[in-house]
Amino acid sequence: MILDSKIPSGPIEQKWDKHRAEIKLINPSNKRKYSILVVGSGLAGASAAASLAELGYNVDCFTFHDTPRRAHSIAAQGGINAAKNYQNDGDSIYRLFYDTVKGGDFRAREGNVYRLAQVSTNIIDQCVAQGVPFAREYGGYLSNRSFGGAQVSRTFYAKGQTGQQLLLGAYSALSRQIGAGTVTMHTRSEMMELVVVDGHAKGIVTRDLVSGKIESWAGDAVILATGGYSNVFYLSTNAMACNVTSIWRAHKKGAGLANPCFTQIHPTSIPQHGEYQSKLTLMSESLRNDGRVWVPKSATENRAPHEIAEHDRDYYLERKYPSFGNLSPRDIASRAAKEVCDEGRGVGPGGRGVYLDFSAAIHRLGEKTIAERYGNLFEMYERITGENPYKVPMRIYPAPHYTMGGLWVDYNLMSTIPGLHVLGEANFSDHGANRLGASALMQGLADGYFVIPYTIGHYLATDTGNKVGTDHPEFKKAEAEVQARLHTFLSIKGKRTTSSFHKELGMLMWNNCGMARSEASLQQALSRIPEIKEEFWNNVNVLGSGLEMNSALEQAGRVADFLEFAELMCWDALERDESCGGHFRTEHQTQDGEAKRDDQDFCHSAVWEYTGTNSKSIRHKEELKFENIQLATRSYK
Amino acid sequence: MNLQLKVWRQQNANTKGNFTDYTLNEISPDMSFLEMLDVLNEQLLGCGQDPVAFDHDCREGICGSCSMMINGKPHGPENMTTTCQLHMRKFNDGDNIVIEPWRASAFPVIKDLAVNRSAFDRIIQAGGFISVNTGNAQDGNTLPIPKPDADAAMDAAACIGCGACVAACKNASAMLFTAAKIAHLGYLPQGQPERHKRVLRMVHQMDSEGFGNCTNTLDCEAACPKGISADNIAKLNQDYLKAKLRGISA
Repeated sequence: MILDSKIPSGPIEQKWDKHRAEIKLINPSNKRKYSILVVGSGLAGASAAASLAELGYNVDCFTFHDTPRRAHSIAAQGGINAAKNYQNDGDSIYRLFYDTVKGGDFRAREGNVYRLAQVSTNIIDQCVAQGVPFAREYGGYLSNRSFGGAQVSRTFYAKGQTGQQLLLGAYSALSRQIGAGTVTMHTRSEMMELVVVDGHAKGIVTRDLVSGKIESWAGDAVILATGGYSNVFYLSTNAMACNVTSIWRAHKKGAGLANPCFTQIHPTSIPQHGEYQSKLTLMSESLRNDGRVWVPKSATENRAPHEIAEHDRDYYLERKYPSFGNLSPRDIASRAAKEVCDEGRGVGPGGRGVYLDFSAAIHRLGEKTIAERYGNLFEMYERITGENPYKVPMRIYPAPHYTMGGLWVDYNLMSTIPGLHVLGEANFSDHGANRLGASALMQGLADGYFVIPYTIGHYLATDTGNKVGTDHPEFKKAEAEVQARLHTFLSIKGKRTTSSFHKELGMLMWNNCGMARSEASLQQALSRIPEIKEEFWNNVNVLGSGLEMNSALEQAGRVADFLEFAELMCWDALERDESCGGHFRTEHQTQDGEAKRDDQDFCHSAVWEYTGTNSKSIRHKEELKFENIQLATRSYK
Repeated sequence: MNLQLKVWRQQNANTKGNFTDYTLNEISPDMSFLEMLDVLNEQLLGCGQDPVAFDHDCREGICGSCSMMINGKPHGPENMTTTCQLHMRKFNDGDNIVIEPWRASAFPVIKDLAVNRSAFDRIIQAGGFISVNTGNAQDGNTLPIPKPDADAAMDAAACIGCGACVAACKNASAMLFTAAKIAHLGYLPQGQPERHKRVLRMVHQMDSEGFGNCTNTLDCEAACPKGISADNIAKLNQDYLKAKLRGISA
């Protein structure tokens, strides 16, 4: 497997300009001769599909939802970063670049991150032009808030619904193209397989989730924008249907999968409350601007929170990280919460929770101001827990939220399979070992609006292999494989439901490959996963037929892929014998419990090559070169 | 809690549906309504019966997938709350709960509680956007927008496209949905160039999808889980009238 990142030469400030000047273009009247398949309609997919159609390409866009407006990008609450420096507080493209690389614990590629910081400002402009109702000050100018891991205010927001408004902006641009006939939208349509012909990605096979029809689609290039794999933990803040299938299928067809063990555990989610729970709900990180995180000093404390005197409380983030305090980055805040709960000082049923307390902010600013800033989040909290956070401190606990790992891509966002491009959370590119808050929206839209429209043209103009149609034998073969797999699920007729397997896998991954990992826990998971997989393929029960809406059948395919993927994730965590960002190996920590990196041996991205069902994948390395930022111990103290 | 459910079962769009009774025991009041249905489905799978199909995804009240009539109310008894955010503590032990899909000819049933809402997409495709290509934009701060206008636009833009407004309306009208988008873009300076064509096109599409007319009974506003105001409908009517009086053609 060849890993050529294709980072342009020259000073980092000029790389993207230079690249844009050098890449090949396609004549406007020739663009309509090319068809591009976009899988996913979230921020990255919708923005890419719309922008490519505006340029004149023929675009087909696929989503398993009933409409492109439902992708999980919609649930992002807090905001989107951009290096506008509207606040005159010292922000710059370089500083956003630096914060992102440092926030990622120096495990991201400099060139890609710098470009992300550069185009961040264009995203805000584009979204404003689309009518995204960002928060404004009384003078009519755009408002900003601060977010974890940064000391400047660079986060743009639309109440607590920024992801929704940005997605609806991209959806409106996409809808305009659908109406104009330049994008054909395929809803309730799930990608089941990638089709590769002579080494080039040439199409996909889908299942219509209403009729069950298996169909092939051929194109000159394929774009995957299918999000992350946090649901490998079963309980996460992701939507129920988020899955690893499309990237896993692509991986099995030859696409390198990078850093699967880099997962983000978000510090502020509502704690789990029962066995039957289906998902965890996030409380935006923006709450940490005004909320103070604490637990009782004593493990034997049993008073109600308002009865606990100030001197009996431990505001542990403010104590341990005085300069960033409650706005410490996510991986650090999550681990600190785990640590105090492991010490027995956690609050609420089961002791897996910490307080997020607004009483000081309400005292200082008044309930009205707090309601203006966070009203909808407070209401959501009350609906779920039955407690009023204006009166009683919220209880929060970390939860799986985002995955930094994903399909390996070069500077052009192309995977190791020529023609297969990967955008947004589905790729591995920009966040290293930990993502900063308000950077996921930025990356999804940067990839879709401002990177892929340039770079895909270069691929199409230079090297696309031969044009093939869906009558090519590779399509027939892929269709037959999909049919056979569905038939197997339906004919096992075992005793356990797909959810029970998903829950079992999720619990194992959370305990053994979650917030803290060790050689022993990973080895244990690696011996257990094949047993679960074995039982799944012999004892799963999927009723009904493949020719109707059948959610159990959809779920079976996704869980089967999670079972295979989980094993690779554990291998990756095991072989990355260091701690960095969200990947915390208990063997590697400093005296005060911080992640201890090993730059000598692990300053690289690990890229896995699939070698077959019964053989171990091969681990390749893309060495990371830091020419503009000095590797340093990450400190937020 | 122990519950008696009456659930609409319909194999597909072409077959007739009917209500089926189910009994559920030991339901926790901390469960969400959809988690209660998950328990029902696991129970059905356990005895070899087809689980109840329903749309759902984010389970945090923002994706707009969930869509069911609960005891005759879209999304159930709690105000400003989607089905996925409704919790069983709002019900009592021994309750009978009737669960149906959205009922509107423009939203045909696909299976059980899942309906086809793509008519909403087609209304947006007809004109619910600002025609700006990627790369066209000026600096975001070159266009100051008074805070009250930005806030009003945001309130209208909060629509999640769930369809509760249509389900609540005796005429199955999509006026609140359509008006919310027209108002969102109409409050903003960016939305002005296409304001009149937009309203004509979106209303035309709404009518041709088979949604009913608005008779101002405001059930839509009461049912909306995001609190979209029916004032937006007045704004739509105003824009529509202006466009017509000016003789603008769609």
